Amino acid sequence: MTSQSKQTEMLSGAAMVIRALADEGVEYLYGYPGGAVLHIYDALFQQTKVKHVLVRHEQAATHMADAYARASGKAGAVLVTSGPGATNAVTGIATAYMDSIPMVVLTGQVMSHLIGDDAFQETDMLGISRPICKHNMSVRRPEDIPAIIKKAFYIAQSGRPGPVVIDIPKDMTIPSQTFPYHYPSEVKLRSYQPKLKGHSGQIKKAVTALLAAKKPILYAGGGVIMGGASNELTELAQLLNLPVTNTLMGLGCYPASDIQFIGMLGMHGSYEANQTMHHADLILAVGARFDDRVTNNTKKFCPDATIIHIDIDPASISKTINAHIPIVGLVQPVLSEMLALLHHKKKKPDSAAMKKWWQQIYEWRTVHGGRYDNAAPQLKPQYVIEQVSKITKGDAFVCSDVGQHQMFAAQYYGFNKPNRWINSGGLGTMGFGLPAAMGVKLNYPDADVVCVTGEGSIQMNIQELSTCKQYGLGVKIINLNNGYLGMVKQWQDMNYESRYASSYMDSLPDFVKLAEAYGHVGIRVTEPEQLIPALERAFALKDQLVFLDIHIDPKEHVYPMQIPGGAMNEMFLSKTERT
Amino acid sequence: MRHIISVLLENESGALARLVGLFAQRGYNIDSLTVAPTEDATLSRLTLVTHGNDQVIEQITKQLHKLIEVVKLTDLNESAHLERELMLIKVKASGAARDEVKRCADIFRGQIIDVTATTYTVQLVGTSDKLDAFIQALAGTTILEVVRSGVSGIARGEKTLAL
Repeated sequence: MTSQSKQTEMLSGAAMVIRALADEGVEYLYGYPGGAVLHIYDALFQQTKVKHVLVRHEQAATHMADAYARASGKAGAVLVTSGPGATNAVTGIATAYMDSIPMVVLTGQVMSHLIGDDAFQETDMLGISRPICKHNMSVRRPEDIPAIIKKAFYIAQSGRPGPVVIDIPKDMTIPSQTFPYHYPSEVKLRSYQPKLKGHSGQIKKAVTALLAAKKPILYAGGGVIMGGASNELTELAQLLNLPVTNTLMGLGCYPASDIQFIGMLGMHGSYEANQTMHHADLILAVGARFDDRVTNNTKKFCPDATIIHIDIDPASISKTINAHIPIVGLVQPVLSEMLALLHHKKKKPDSAAMKKWWQQIYEWRTVHGGRYDNAAPQLKPQYVIEQVSKITKGDAFVCSDVGQHQMFAAQYYGFNKPNRWINSGGLGTMGFGLPAAMGVKLNYPDADVVCVTGEGSIQMNIQELSTCKQYGLGVKIINLNNGYLGMVKQWQDMNYESRYASSYMDSLPDFVKLAEAYGHVGIRVTEPEQLIPALERAFALKDQLVFLDIHIDPKEHVYPMQIPGGAMNEMFLSKTERT
Repeated sequence: MRHIISVLLENESGALARLVGLFAQRGYNIDSLTVAPTEDATLSRLTLVTHGNDQVIEQITKQLHKLIEVVKLTDLNESAHLERELMLIKVKASGAARDEVKRCADIFRGQIIDVTATTYTVQLVGTSDKLDAFIQALAGTTILEVVRSGVSGIARGEKTLAL
């Protein structure tokens, strides 16, 4: 064999799909087989580089890939069949899209000549996925497969990240038809050139404004985590003595145990974070998008603040709240440039003003301070989260479902590192937690991986307990079981005079038996004194999935809670107190 | 305010659907839309008329920019520009109306491009306002059919929207 013939290896479309994934560095491919992707599955079977993870429902495959991306910063990869396989993946694609998570989803499609004929398991996946992905493409010629896959990973991971869908008609992967394989080393697109560095003039302006501020706040979101800029952000905050608040997506980008951390902001943000934000004269927004769960009523939003907004996506700037100093660019180089300027200038904000500002913040901190009533005979969800944090030394990957338990985990776990808090923030997808925890555990087998969930959410992807058994995924499930769809119930308590329309479940399974049926360990906790021994036992069982069914006080609400239509700082503080 | 946005788009399947979908998803208006390939077969030129306040128009241009297939775009309203729209209008032309329609078409520099014993089809090119005015002027006659191309626009002077 000459060296030239080595370079022009001949592969079928199916083999090219798998080889391209391997060349892209994909270790795990999450998916579910079906008619339209059988050629690709056969190619998967004949190699060892790319390992396939067989889920029990395609939605779980997308959440696994998504959570891997949230933990590692690299795009996850998914393979599903056409029709129902593809539509089952839709929720997961939308989840990733809303949180700007890089992911590449390969969907099978019926043979090209059948497209449009309403063939068996045909669905217009390009049409369906168009509004919920960053980009999508279909394969028209098998020889284009390597370039299309390269392009997909490039688009998914660059700029503002997001999911990319590739639709592959079955006749593009026929094993007997081979084509020269070459995986491109880079992609250049004339129509897509994301900005990297920020505008120097704007950065200078921002630094000047920061130094002049008397009541500044640093408001950091998920962009700091996906942009790998936690170190720069932390350094900047500490250099300027800024109070730091995080969005739900940004938790962990600044250490929660640090004194300058004032908690999450927004609908269920801390009292001090929402007050500090409201009264600030300068907001430095980094990789955050002023969404409605943060701002409350935009007309009453932070009346005195000059806003500096750093974001990779120009469309996020001045979308809901007008930015006075917009900076478009990757957060990491922009923050580095700000730091360099500050080190060069050797100036600090007015220390007397900052001292006064911090005094005010400390006062706000004493008003609520994350208190909850732990005197009741029943276990409090907040207490459970605190104990989980304690036993995992605040260092676990915490993958959450959606609802009250998600807010309690966000408020009480205390994230000190980025990429450790994994939740569906934008779409709010119930059923995300377990597959997310699986995706993380598979890739970080030595880490503690916790799934915080409720009896509502867990049942949306409970079938994945079977996948956990197959791959030996020792996830710890913290099921905060209150017998209600807690967040729905809370809204019904507050806005519908406690008329619990369909928020109560009176035929819950025996979760302990269910866990055991799938071959796992189940532990029920009904009394407060059982909690710590149960947690100790669960986390000691390193390699086993343990399902902790923890019965908690069904009457508990999440507080603080912003008052709808109000300003940032208008909140309910408990069932009987409000600002 | 009315804006004319010109877009250079990769001439690929799905690109137009993506662009139109964006307007539907985000609740922006499309008053008219015209699209065709350019002298470069890999590019389509699209002219879109929309309206909204400054904030909405800013979001529209930013969101359009984000679409992977959008190569370049410009809001023609930002500088002097030309706009033209083509209209084909079929009207009843019998009795007194037959002369009246002819006179009106002449005044507007339209051309009668098809004739039957009872109808005229008039072709008219101009700004959208001019086409509206012609329809107004024909108020006394029976309009059978109106076909408008939507606006095409181009910047005045040396300014171009090209690669």
